[in-house]
Amino acid sequence: MSNESKVDGGRRRLIVATAAVGGVGAVSALVPFLSSMLPSERAKAAGAPVEVDVSKLEPGQMMTVEWRGKPVWIINRTEEMLQSLVKAADLLVDPKCEEPQQPEYCKNDTRSIKPNLMVVVGICTHLGCSPGQKFKTGAEEGMPPEWLGGFLCPCHGSTFDFAGRVYKNKPAPINLPVPPHTYLSDTRLVIGEEKKGA
Amino acid sequence: MASTNFEKYKSDGSLQGNVLEWFDARFPATSMWKAHLSEYYAPKNFNFLYFFGSLAILVLVIQVVTGVFLVMHYKPDASLNASGIPVAFASVEYIMRDVPWGWLIRYMHSTGASAFFIVVYMHMYRGLIYGSYRQPRELIWIFGSLIFLCLMAEAFMGYLLPWGQMSYWGAQVIVNLFSAIPLVGEPLSTWIRGDFVIGDATLNRFFSFHVIAVPLVLIGLVAAHILALHEVGSNNPDGVEIKKKKDANGIPLDGIPFHPYYTVKDIAGVVVFLMVFSVILFFAPEGGGYFLEYNNFFPADPLKTPPHIAPVWYFTPYYSMLRAMVWPFLGLDAKFWGVVLMGAGVVIIAFLPWLDRSPVKSIRYRGPIYKGFLVAFLAAFFMLGYLGTQPPTPVGNFLCQVGSLVYFAFFLAMPWYTKIDKCQPEPERVTFK
Repeated sequence: MSNESKVDGGRRRLIVATAAVGGVGAVSALVPFLSSMLPSERAKAAGAPVEVDVSKLEPGQMMTVEWRGKPVWIINRTEEMLQSLVKAADLLVDPKCEEPQQPEYCKNDTRSIKPNLMVVVGICTHLGCSPGQKFKTGAEEGMPPEWLGGFLCPCHGSTFDFAGRVYKNKPAPINLPVPPHTYLSDTRLVIGEEKKGA
Repeated sequence: MASTNFEKYKSDGSLQGNVLEWFDARFPATSMWKAHLSEYYAPKNFNFLYFFGSLAILVLVIQVVTGVFLVMHYKPDASLNASGIPVAFASVEYIMRDVPWGWLIRYMHSTGASAFFIVVYMHMYRGLIYGSYRQPRELIWIFGSLIFLCLMAEAFMGYLLPWGQMSYWGAQVIVNLFSAIPLVGEPLSTWIRGDFVIGDATLNRFFSFHVIAVPLVLIGLVAAHILALHEVGSNNPDGVEIKKKKDANGIPLDGIPFHPYYTVKDIAGVVVFLMVFSVILFFAPEGGGYFLEYNNFFPADPLKTPPHIAPVWYFTPYYSMLRAMVWPFLGLDAKFWGVVLMGAGVVIIAFLPWLDRSPVKSIRYRGPIYKGFLVAFLAAFFMLGYLGTQPPTPVGNFLCQVGSLVYFAFFLAMPWYTKIDKCQPEPERVTFK
C-alpha cells in the first residue's frame, strides 16, 4: 500500500460525502418497506359501530359482542353486584377512574350510563387476553374466600370487579377500557358511537 | 482471489481426476473440504454431549424440508370459509386429513420444533459446563445466542400459523409485550400486528417472516457460528486447548480429523436421535399436550381466551419470569419490567464469556461453589419451565420470583463466585481413556 502521507484530502472528503449521501438514500429506501407494515387503509376504515339489543339480558347475565375485532362485554348487574363495587373500592388500583379509560359520561361510581348495564372492552390491560367470568363470590370458583365476584384473566391472573376496575398488586396496570357507546332506545345500545349534540 | 494454505487438486490423468482438477481450479472445493472436514482437527475426547451440534443441523434440515412441503398446501388466511372456519385453520386440517402423507410431514415439522429446542438446550448446556464460551470462543457463543433468539422468533411466528386458540392468544400476549415499552410501545405493537388486533395482516406477515426472512438469517448465523468455530477450533470436556501441543507437522497431538472420525461418530448420534424422534412422531406427536397444545385444535376465537393459556414448553422458563414481575418501579408499570426481565433472561446468556472469571473452563476442574450455583440454576430453570405451563397461583408466583432470582444470580454473581472458587489444576493434555 502507498504511503499514508500521499492520501489526497480532497478525494477522501469526496468519498466520505458520496458514502454519506448514498447512506441517506439507502436508509430512506427503508421507509416504504417499514411503512407497508402499518395498518392499511382498509384496516383503519374497519370498525363500524355495532348495534345490540339488550332486552333479553337478564340481571346477572353477560353477553359478548365483537367491535373492532375485540370482545365487548355487556353485563346486566344485579343489586349485589353493584354493592360489591363499593366494597371493592379499597382494593382497587384506580377506584375513582382517574385514568382516562372511559368516556367522561362513564366516569362515575358504576362506570356506566345506566347503573345496571356495564359496557366494557373485555381485553386485559396487561397483555391482551380476555378475562373469564368469576361471578360467584367466595371460593366457589377457585378464587380466594374473600372474592367479591368479577373477572379473572387466565393468562397472568389479573382480577377485575364488575365495573372492569383492576385489583391492586396484579400484573394489569389499569382498568379495562369502556368504549364510547350510547342508547338509541331503552333496549337498543350502540357501541362505537357517542350521543351527538347531547 | 482468496489464498489458502491448501494445494489445488492435481489430476492423475483419469477422467474423474480431470473433472475435479477443472472444478477445483475454479472453486475452493478441496480447500473447503480439507479446512472444514478432512483436516479440521477436533479434540479426540468428545463425549455424547458433542452430538447435539450436528443434531441441531439435522433438525434444521428437517424443518426446512418439511416446511417447503407444508407451504404447498398451507394458506395464511384468517377469513372464514363457507363452513365458518378460518381458512388457515382449515388448511392445516386439510393437510392432516386429505393430503397424502400430509399428517406425517406436518407432525415432523411440529415435533421437529420441540426437538430443535431439546437439541439446542442440550447444545447450550454442553457449552455452559465445559466453558466453550470462554476466550477465544466468545464470538461463537454470541452467534449461538443470536441463533437461539432467531429460533425463538421462528418458533413463535410459526405457532401462529395453524390459527388455533393458542396460536391466536399466544401471539396476542407476546405482541402486546412490546406495548409495555414507554412512549413507542403502542404504535410499535400496532406496527408489528399491522392492525389494531391480531388478524389477517398479522397472520400473513408472520407467515412471510417464518418461511423466508428468519430462516435466511438463521442459516446465515449457523454458517457464521461454524466458520468462527473452525477458525479457533473446538473446545472439549477438559477445557484445555489442544492447539498448545502440536506435532512436527503442526497438527494438534490430541486432535483427530473431523472426517472420518467425527462424521462417523455423529452418524451414530443421528441414528439414535432418529429412533427417539420416530417414536415420538408415530406414537405421541402431540407430546402429551406439550408439543401441540390441545387448545390449539380449536379455531382462533378473538372473543374468548381459553381458560388456561400457556406457551409451548420451550418458552415457559422465560414466560415464568414475565409472570414473576408484579411490582412497578421507577414510575414504569410492572408489565414493562416483566418484559425487561424476560428479555434480560435470554440476552444475559450472551454475556457469559465476560461474566466467568474462573481460571479453568471445564466443570471437571471447577470448585464446589460453581457446582452449587450450577445445580441451583438448573433447578430454577426446570422449576420456571414447569410453573410456566401451570395456571397462575399465589404460591406459583412466589416460586417464579424465587426461580428468577436464582436464574439471574447464577449469571450476575458469576464474576464473584468463579473468582473465589477453589478449582483443581487443569491437565496439560486432554484426558482420554
